[in-house]
Amino acid sequence: MSENSSLPSSGFRIAGSPTRPSAADRPPVVVFSNVSIAFDGRPVLEDISFSVVPGETRILLGPAGVGKSVLLKLTNGLLRPDKGSIRIFGQEIAAMPEEQLFPLRKRIGMVFQEGALFDSLTVRDNVAYQLIQERVPDDEIDTRVLQALTFVGLERTMSLYPASLSGGMRRRVAIARALIRQPELLLYDSPTGGLDPVTSTTIIDLIVKQRDVHQTPSLLVTHRIQDAFTLCTNYFDVETQNMAPLPEGYPNPNTTFLMLNEGRLIFDGSLHDLIHTQDPFVREFLQ
Amino acid sequence: MAILSISRTAKQIVLIVQDYSLFAWRAFLNLYHPPIYYTDFLLQSDVIGVGSISIVVLSGFFTGGVLALQSAATLSAFGATAVTGRFVALTMIRELGPVLTGVMVSGRNASSMASELGSMVVTEQIDAMRALGVDPMRKLVTPRIFACISMLFFLTIVSDAFGILGGAFVTVFMNHQNGPQYFSMAWESLRYPDILQGLIKPLFSGYIIASIGCFYGLRTTGGTQGVGRATIQAVVWSSVFIIVADFFVTQILLSIFVS
Repeated sequence: MSENSSLPSSGFRIAGSPTRPSAADRPPVVVFSNVSIAFDGRPVLEDISFSVVPGETRILLGPAGVGKSVLLKLTNGLLRPDKGSIRIFGQEIAAMPEEQLFPLRKRIGMVFQEGALFDSLTVRDNVAYQLIQERVPDDEIDTRVLQALTFVGLERTMSLYPASLSGGMRRRVAIARALIRQPELLLYDSPTGGLDPVTSTTIIDLIVKQRDVHQTPSLLVTHRIQDAFTLCTNYFDVETQNMAPLPEGYPNPNTTFLMLNEGRLIFDGSLHDLIHTQDPFVREFLQ
Repeated sequence: MAILSISRTAKQIVLIVQDYSLFAWRAFLNLYHPPIYYTDFLLQSDVIGVGSISIVVLSGFFTGGVLALQSAATLSAFGATAVTGRFVALTMIRELGPVLTGVMVSGRNASSMASELGSMVVTEQIDAMRALGVDPMRKLVTPRIFACISMLFFLTIVSDAFGILGGAFVTVFMNHQNGPQYFSMAWESLRYPDILQGLIKPLFSGYIIASIGCFYGLRTTGGTQGVGRATIQAVVWSSVFIIVADFFVTQILLSIFVS
C-alpha cells in the first residue's frame, strides 16, 4: 500500500464488489426520470432514467448517432424533453423558462464535441467568456485564465485565435473554458472524438485530474471504450502530476457506466458489472 | 395528396410567421431589461453604419444623378427643367433614399448577420453561449437590431444628401443648368412632413433587416449548405418586406399628413 500512498482516499474498492456510490447520504446532482424526446416524430431517447451523485463520474457509452449528445444537451437544458422529469441540483428543469436556466447553467461546465470555441475571440477571451460577461476586473481575469490554461498545459496560447490551434489544443481550451468558474457539474461531449491516441490520452489525463483533484461530478459521453477503461483504471498522482494506473482489479469506484442503444438505456452499473454483463449488445460493443 | 401538401405548407408558413413574431417581440423587449450589451451595440453600429457608408454614398449619388437625367429629359418637353431640383429632392427624401438605403443595407448586412449567426449555430457556438449562461437573443440579436435601426436612420440622411448632390452634378455639368437654382428649388419645395416621412421609414426598415437576418441565422439547420440557404432567405425576405412595409408606412403617413 505504501507505494500507492498518493492514491485518492476513495480510490480503492475490492474488485467485483457492489457497484455505484450510495446516493442515500448524498442527494444526486442529476436525476433523469422516464425522459423521452423525439425529433420530427422519430423517437431519439425513450424512457431514460439515471442519476449522478456528488463526486461521481458517469461514462455514457453507445454507438454513434444513438442520442448521447442529445442526452447531454437535455442535462444542460439546451433541449427540452417531450416527457419525463430532469432535476439538476434539485431543481426541475424540464419545463423551466430559458431565463431561469441561465443562472443554473453558470454552475455547469460543458465541453462540446468539436470544442465550440468562439472563432472571432482569442483563447484568453474564449476561456474568460463568462468572466467578461460578468464584468470581472481584467487583472483577475488574466490570473484565472492563466490558471485554467496552465491546468490544461496551454499557458502560452492566450493571445492566439482558435483557428491557429490543433484539434487537441482546441479541445483543451474548451476544457479550460468549462473549468474556469469551478463548476459543480461537468458535461463532456465526446472530448476525444476525432483525435489521435496520444492527444486523446492527454485529454483523458485532464479529465482524470479534474475528477481526482476537484471531485467534480461529471457526465462523459464517448463511443471509445478504451478511453472509458483508461478513466476507470487510472488515477491522478498529485506527486508526479501525472496519470498513473490503479492496481489491477481496483478500478475507480466513483466512475461508473451507462450505455445507450436505439434510444434506450440498456446498462447502468460499474466496470465490474459492465465486464460481466450478459447483454449481447454490450458484449458485442465491448469486443 | 396535393391537399395534404398544401395543408403542410400552410402550417409551415403560419409556424414561421408565429416564430418570427415572437422572436422580433422578444428582441424588442430585451432592450428594457438588463443585461444590455452596450459594447456589442457600438461594435455592430460600426459594422453596419460605418461599413455601409461607401455603398450608400455611391448608390445615393448615382440614383440622384439618374433622377436628374430622366426628369430633365421629361421636364424639358414642358419647358420646366428648372424644377429638376425639386423633383430630385422630393423623390430622394420621401421615397428613394429610405427604400434604396434599406435594400442596399439589407443586401450587405442581413446576409452577413444570417451567415455569421448561421455559422455559429452549425459549429455549436450558439449552444456554447447558452451553456455559458449568456442569452444569444440579448447578446447577439438585440444589439444588432438597435444598431441597424439607428444606423439606417443616419445612412438614409447620407443617401438623401448624396442623391441631391448627384442630381446637382448632372444638372450643372451634364445638363448645363444653373446650380443655385437647382438647390434653391430643392430647398424651397421641402416641407417638414416630407422629411419626417423619409426619416420614419428607415426605423421600420432597420428593424426588418436585422430581425429577419438574425431570425434566419438562428434557425439555420443542415450545415454549410444550410448557412447558404439562410443567407439567401434573409436577403430575399428582408428586401421584400422593406418594400411592403414602405407601401403601408407611406399610406399611413400620407393619410396623417394630408388630414
